[in-house]
Amino acid sequence: MVPTSYYVILSAVLFGLGVIAFIFKRNIISIFMSIELMLNAVNLAFVAFSQSKGNLDGQIFVLFVIIVAAAEAAVGLGIIILIARNRQSLNVERVDLLKL
Amino acid sequence: MTPQLLIFFVLAALAVVGSLSLILQKHPIHSALSLIVVMVALAGLYLLMGAEFVAAVQIIVYGGAIMVLFVFVIMLLNAGIEEHTNFSKLAGYAGVPLGIALTGFIAAAIARSTDTVHAATTGGTIASTRQISTMIFKEFVYPFELTSFLILVAIMGAIVLAQREK
Repeated sequence: MVPTSYYVILSAVLFGLGVIAFIFKRNIISIFMSIELMLNAVNLAFVAFSQSKGNLDGQIFVLFVIIVAAAEAAVGLGIIILIARNRQSLNVERVDLLKL
Repeated sequence: MTPQLLIFFVLAALAVVGSLSLILQKHPIHSALSLIVVMVALAGLYLLMGAEFVAAVQIIVYGGAIMVLFVFVIMLLNAGIEEHTNFSKLAGYAGVPLGIALTGFIAAAIARSTDTVHAATTGGTIASTRQISTMIFKEFVYPFELTSFLILVAIMGAIVLAQREK
């Protein structure tokens, strides 16, 4: 049997790696993928606590998180296609229309 | 070392290596394939915990649908190796230390709270798919129906955003 804290620490490590990827990536698609990585890390913590407490609410929350992530991916990739069409670049540094 | 612990460490190492590879790869398609490795490793961890339904949904929805969408868009846009423009000085010097510090704080805080609240081990047999479906369609039926509306709105939004204006 694996202690719950191991799962939670792994979840925190994956979340931190997602944050680092979010900071360092310049490609807008890679930034979007790092957001998905953070969502996955949170899901892992949800399932670990759900199993450790014997309460299934956490797993249902994970299902909702996955559904929202799917909707987010559809809309976000539509926005990315629009940006690529208008700017001819996927670099986030080039998307600076609102910058002073 | 029990077999469960061994499997946990193998899958955890796979997940961490996959996410490191996501950061270090320069080409978006390589990052996407690394992310698929992470998701499959997480599905294995869910199976190890005894959450079969979540593992199946993780493989089907995340590894199947969402990542296919990502790979499709990367290939559609012909995304190349990311170029390095004027990199933020603050992100360059303070990014990794602050990220590691954040990881440490989160891990320390949550791990301490798990020890005090409940010292149980993970890996029960409580999670049957039947119980999950009963809960979804009894207690959580209203949010569940709302998610179908959310998916509908997302589909319409994606179509409106991606269509070429005349």
